[in-house]
Amino acid sequence: MTLPTPDLQVAAQPSIEMPPGAAIVEFKDVSIGFEQNHVLKNISFRVERGETRIILGPAGGGKSTLLKLANGLLKPDSGEIWIFGKPLSGMSEREIFELRAHIGMVFQESALFDSLTVEDNVAYRLHEERVPEAEAHDRVVEALRFVELEKAITKFPPELSGGMRRRVSIARAIISKPDLILYDSPTGGLDPITSTTIIELVVKQRDVSNTTSLLITHRLQDAFTLATHRFSQSTGHMEPIPDGKLDPGTKFLVLNEGKIVFDGTTHELTHTQDPWLRAYLE
Amino acid sequence: MKLVSPGAFAKNIVASVQEYSLLSGRAIGNLFTNPRYIADTFTQMDSIGVGSLPIVVLTGFFTGCVLALQAAVSLKEFGAINMTGKLVALSMVKELGPVLTGLMVSGRNASGMASELGSMKVTEQIDAMRALGTDPIRKLVTPRLVATVFMLFFLTIISDACGTGGGALVAVVLLRLNGPAFFHTAYMSLVGGDVVEGLVKPLFSGFIIATIGCYYGLRTTGGTQGVGKATTQAVVASSVLIILVDFLVTQLMIGIFGR
Repeated sequence: MTLPTPDLQVAAQPSIEMPPGAAIVEFKDVSIGFEQNHVLKNISFRVERGETRIILGPAGGGKSTLLKLANGLLKPDSGEIWIFGKPLSGMSEREIFELRAHIGMVFQESALFDSLTVEDNVAYRLHEERVPEAEAHDRVVEALRFVELEKAITKFPPELSGGMRRRVSIARAIISKPDLILYDSPTGGLDPITSTTIIELVVKQRDVSNTTSLLITHRLQDAFTLATHRFSQSTGHMEPIPDGKLDPGTKFLVLNEGKIVFDGTTHELTHTQDPWLRAYLE
Repeated sequence: MKLVSPGAFAKNIVASVQEYSLLSGRAIGNLFTNPRYIADTFTQMDSIGVGSLPIVVLTGFFTGCVLALQAAVSLKEFGAINMTGKLVALSMVKELGPVLTGLMVSGRNASGMASELGSMKVTEQIDAMRALGTDPIRKLVTPRLVATVFMLFFLTIISDACGTGGGALVAVVLLRLNGPAFFHTAYMSLVGGDVVEGLVKPLFSGFIIATIGCYYGLRTTGGTQGVGKATTQAVVASSVLIILVDFLVTQLMIGIFGR
């Protein structure tokens, strides 16, 4: 595995201006429903700078909806969402599009553009920003090198395996060096070995760039791998944090039936006395 | 079949009209602000205009042929078979050229737009586009709207020409009429108002095809079955609207030009 190039090693300090003390993501009493079904009810939580927030919960609990709300792809029925210290409710559609330049998103099924090559998919945002072609190509190669998929640069998404598509999706999300990355089930539907590869990339991105992220997963082992492992730049691989320690920046949010049933650290989660949570974790 | 209350049904219709109007308004509004996707517009022009050329030429040509044959039978009874050119030209330029071209392009492109955008919607590519900071209406709808309106205008002219040519061929070869006389009566029968009427209609039809196709595509839900449903709905709705608007424009033009 090649080491990330220095260019990808951005500081944790967001490139976007934020009021002092503001969280990267803050939900305040947010509710949303579709056709009389309440999907999320009175959700409140904060994600601080540099934090990796893992969102767990049974299927249909509103996790993907929560991520789409955080990116302004959906609007809440009530409550407020603050991203980088700014309320989404007060923003025009154009302002939200500008804000999204600072947010990378990895979709559940990758959501790559079928008619574009891997290079054009990854460079999509750069092309929109009218970045010169040569510079865009260099940055695409750099991002694909990060996900170890340089050889696929000329391929089209249908030619790739599920795991490769997910890696291209990660490359597309990180190419603009976002201040926040939203991962919607990046390992969903993948075999355990490929899932570990994807989680290794998430850990690598977290430890190399210190980017704040929200990550949905259905696989508890992936969640705990994130909490118990770190990326070693010397070996170029993910390794367990020595002495059984936990990554301090990794926290959990557990949703069930549209409500938050847990919001805290890995240690608090593993030592919870809540019967439902214990049953879910076991 | 699930029964819906009349109130809910009416609300759905009003909501759909509102959504469609907002989409159309934003697609037009995007023409006046940056960024503009010029390359995408040319790609769509190629796909919609050049791609539709064969069916438009064939439809126009054979419609003109049939029109000449049918007209000759009726006109012969009145001893006015020499008026065949006039009937073919007026019918093609004022009515059949614009409407049939609209319907053919609708069948080919409203369905194509609905299925393409519908597939993108159900595979989250539209959400991905928005997440990447691109307005899908600006990127996908506005170029299709401009391309369809622009190209349908010229496709209609081509259809009119092919139809008149087809009618002339039948008149000369099968009906043994005089060719120059056919074109002379055809030319003399057309006045400015007829041509304006025939060229205003494709502007409306183009708008309907693009906006209806994109509207049904962007509201697709329910996987591949939903894409199929959206495609069918787009073709049905755009075809009916083209004929409805054709009637209204015809009425308006008769009011303006008196014929």
